[in-house]
Amino acid sequence: MASGFAQWGNDLYTGRRSYDIVGRRKIWFTISTILVILSAIFLIKPGLNPGIEFRGGSEFVVSGVSDTDQQLAIETVTAVAPDEQPKVTTVGNESLRIQTSTLTNDEVTEVKNALAEAYDVPVTNVTSSFIGPSWGKDISQKALTGIVVFLLLATVVMTIYFRNWRMAAAALIALFHDLLITVGVYAAIGWEVTPATVIGFLTILGYSIYDTVVVFDKVRENTADTLTQTRYTYAEKANLAVNQTLVRSINTSVVALLPVGAILFVGAFLLGAGTLRDIALALFVGMLIGTFSSVFLATPFEVVLRQREPAIREHTKKVLDARAARAAAGEDELVSAGDVRVAVGALKPGAHQGNAAQPKRKR
Amino acid sequence: MLGLIIFALLGTIAAGTKWSDASWTPNLALDLEGGTQIILTPVAENGEDISSETIAQAIDVIRQRVDSSGVAEAEITSQSGGKIVVALPGNPSEETLELVRTSAQMAFRPVLAMGNPTPTDTTPTPEPTESAAATDPAAPAPTPTPTAAAEEPSDEPTKAAPDNPSDTAYYITPAVQAEFDALDCTDPANLTGGVNGDPDKAFVTCGQDGSAKYILGPVEIEGARISSATSGLNQLPSGGQGNKWVVNIAFDNQGTTEFTDVTTRLQGLAATPPQNQFAMVLDGLVISAPSLDSGVIIADGKAEISGTFTRESAASLANQLNFGSLPMTFTVESEEQISATLGSEQLRMGLLAGLIGLGLVVVYSLFQYRALGLVTVASLIVAGVLTYSVITLLSWLQGYRLSLPGVAGLIVAIGITADSFIVYFERIRDELREGRTLVAAVDRGWERARRTILASDAVNFLAAIVLYVLAVGSVRGFAFTLGLTTLIDVLVVFMFTHPIMQLIARTKFFGQGHRLSGLDPRRLGAPESRYVGRGRVVHGPRPSGVEDAPVEDAVVEDEPTPRVPVAVGGGAAGLTIAERRAAARAAEQKAATTDSPVDAPTQESEPESGRTEGNEH
Repeated sequence: MASGFAQWGNDLYTGRRSYDIVGRRKIWFTISTILVILSAIFLIKPGLNPGIEFRGGSEFVVSGVSDTDQQLAIETVTAVAPDEQPKVTTVGNESLRIQTSTLTNDEVTEVKNALAEAYDVPVTNVTSSFIGPSWGKDISQKALTGIVVFLLLATVVMTIYFRNWRMAAAALIALFHDLLITVGVYAAIGWEVTPATVIGFLTILGYSIYDTVVVFDKVRENTADTLTQTRYTYAEKANLAVNQTLVRSINTSVVALLPVGAILFVGAFLLGAGTLRDIALALFVGMLIGTFSSVFLATPFEVVLRQREPAIREHTKKVLDARAARAAAGEDELVSAGDVRVAVGALKPGAHQGNAAQPKRKR
Repeated sequence: MLGLIIFALLGTIAAGTKWSDASWTPNLALDLEGGTQIILTPVAENGEDISSETIAQAIDVIRQRVDSSGVAEAEITSQSGGKIVVALPGNPSEETLELVRTSAQMAFRPVLAMGNPTPTDTTPTPEPTESAAATDPAAPAPTPTPTAAAEEPSDEPTKAAPDNPSDTAYYITPAVQAEFDALDCTDPANLTGGVNGDPDKAFVTCGQDGSAKYILGPVEIEGARISSATSGLNQLPSGGQGNKWVVNIAFDNQGTTEFTDVTTRLQGLAATPPQNQFAMVLDGLVISAPSLDSGVIIADGKAEISGTFTRESAASLANQLNFGSLPMTFTVESEEQISATLGSEQLRMGLLAGLIGLGLVVVYSLFQYRALGLVTVASLIVAGVLTYSVITLLSWLQGYRLSLPGVAGLIVAIGITADSFIVYFERIRDELREGRTLVAAVDRGWERARRTILASDAVNFLAAIVLYVLAVGSVRGFAFTLGLTTLIDVLVVFMFTHPIMQLIARTKFFGQGHRLSGLDPRRLGAPESRYVGRGRVVHGPRPSGVEDAPVEDAVVEDEPTPRVPVAVGGGAAGLTIAERRAAARAAEQKAATTDSPVDAPTQESEPESGRTEGNEH
């Protein structure tokens, strides 16, 4: 199978086998649009479920306990309010701090009594209070400022590196697409959004751009001399680039997803709710979508943008006209042979292969 | 070279464990290790109500102060009743606790009088202030000092309005004087600091070290006018560096103007010390009350606070001044140890998940890249060792702490680091497909992979820097981890993976493309007809150490694409000599396939397009 995969890679590289990714962009755009709309719907209803780090909540302190078993507290709270994911901390030697999201007054009294009973202390030893969010507005505000500044700088850097703002624009579209879908999936599943989740979203931010830059680097390389030849259009050259990096994209995403999948599995099935599960879900979805978008969304979108450029448009027209003329005249044997050669790499003169490639004198 | 770096890192940690308080494991953050919880209760000043905005403001200031001392990821929440709960990981040092506790309300007040720290006799001694007032041409007759101890000191100023903040006649009321007389600065209870007093009235307080007591005029410059503060060793008048720790402050525009006015006025009082002194009051205590050298008017808005500072306390004061004072003062209600919220179970499982993930990555890369996968694994191990030692080192030097999201981030970094190798290997394979020998392929593949790796890592690093500078709390911790792993990725690819590839490209196993090396040119579809010199061309598989099995590629079943010459220039009908020859050879080969089936795939695997594009850069 590996040899099959390697052979498949070769065929993709040489263009013997080619998937018309850029040409079928309407399909990908449709899929993406549907996913984005679905995510938007999920974001409105049921919407995200922010954790107590963002909303604040109730806090109980049980003092004078002889047994500081944290699991007991979790069970006690979930018996009263089944949807809660209480955070339990031992304070000092004989106190427990239990934080939950905001409970109603009745529930607070109930939890208080249950805790007192569970830990065998008088009810007066259980105090309750309200706590504010530890991840307050100011943290979100600053993180948001940071992201905006980063996106601006990244746009500038990409524009300079690729010498074309369209690539930066396409990368940003892909990024928003990835983030929106990841957040949408999170909303759909309905797990609590914790700081760990937000960290996961931030990682996606970096990963999505990273992955897109790798693919675009190949596109840039392939299309550098589009205008100096008349055999292939820009779209075809870009498509070849995507095909050539397909093996890399698959390998990278598998390698990146394996550890994340392991965390997700361990987090969701062995541990239940918690930091690991939250971050792993965000990452798993985000990386999957990130790989999809850099291959199927970013490049086709970039081609669409580039084809609006007069120079590229003229060139495309010229190439297609020439091809049609040749086909009509039956001069181009390749086309007349009915061979699908559209996405194949352009012919180029050979280059020096290095001294070691020269034949050795027989001893 | 890389070995040297790792050696240096480990050596530093080893030295640290031996002679300092470093350890071989990184410090863990609040969620994994627990720490210290401090509950602060606000002290209502002047009976003011404490609004939620002031609490939010206080939380913001405390967070900035804590963040500035390292990547500690403290957790700060408000509690009902205006309380603030600060949870710091581990056992925070006294300086860190100080950062949280002190409000750092700074004010500049003129000195009206100073005296010995012990309580003065109730019989008033001749005060320097009395004669001082006489030198002030605008000031009226000297204030009457309290005449009898038995008489209740009056708090009513003798004048309707002060002429200037140094006006002792207005500010030193009998009540103030009595308070001053009674104050005992040798009593430690009076040296704990507290509120700064009414900014419009005189203020009686002690020096921070208890060596003097002061009557101070109203606040002339507020701490909020300080635009920046730094700590350092003091500058000697000669320009050299002294050996005392000081805090240098710079005022903003308004502060500069105010400060110029103050120094100008104080120069006029040079004849009546201590009225030419101004006091810097921090949290109710005078930390320093320098006198102005005669003739000096400070107009550039810069001042130096000298006092009894150590390096740490100077740095911590500069920190506090930089991030502003807390809008109110707090008392520490409780300071307790708290346990981890997640506990060892989560960490253990997280590490287990990381190991499983790593194992899967190893299996996959061996499957995909055969022996080349070992290079990936070795590089990942090097990256792992490097990351671990850097984190351990930073947790000792910088107060970096590893939280569970941090651990997850590191596990994810496996993927991003491995991607660099994949990009590199795929490029090498591309070059092999072009028919280059391995050594040449490694060189050219590296040139191009390097660009891609640097460009994509640059974007990640940019994200890390921006978020680290602009964000706070756990986002900052995340940015730190991201930047760290990105740097290590670049370092490992440049200084380990590439050199290793260059080395193994020269070995027979890899260089001749053993079937298991992952770099088998035949499998990669490289053109196999080679010119071997003396006018001979060898067709078929390259010689290699193992017995050559027929290349069992999927292509064999494919309908062979007819090898057709391609016209140059698009549309030109005539064939060149080379093209005619190629066509003849193709026909010949086709006829020969019936005799030697092994050659058939050989022909097919030679791509019609010969050189694919994009390879000449």
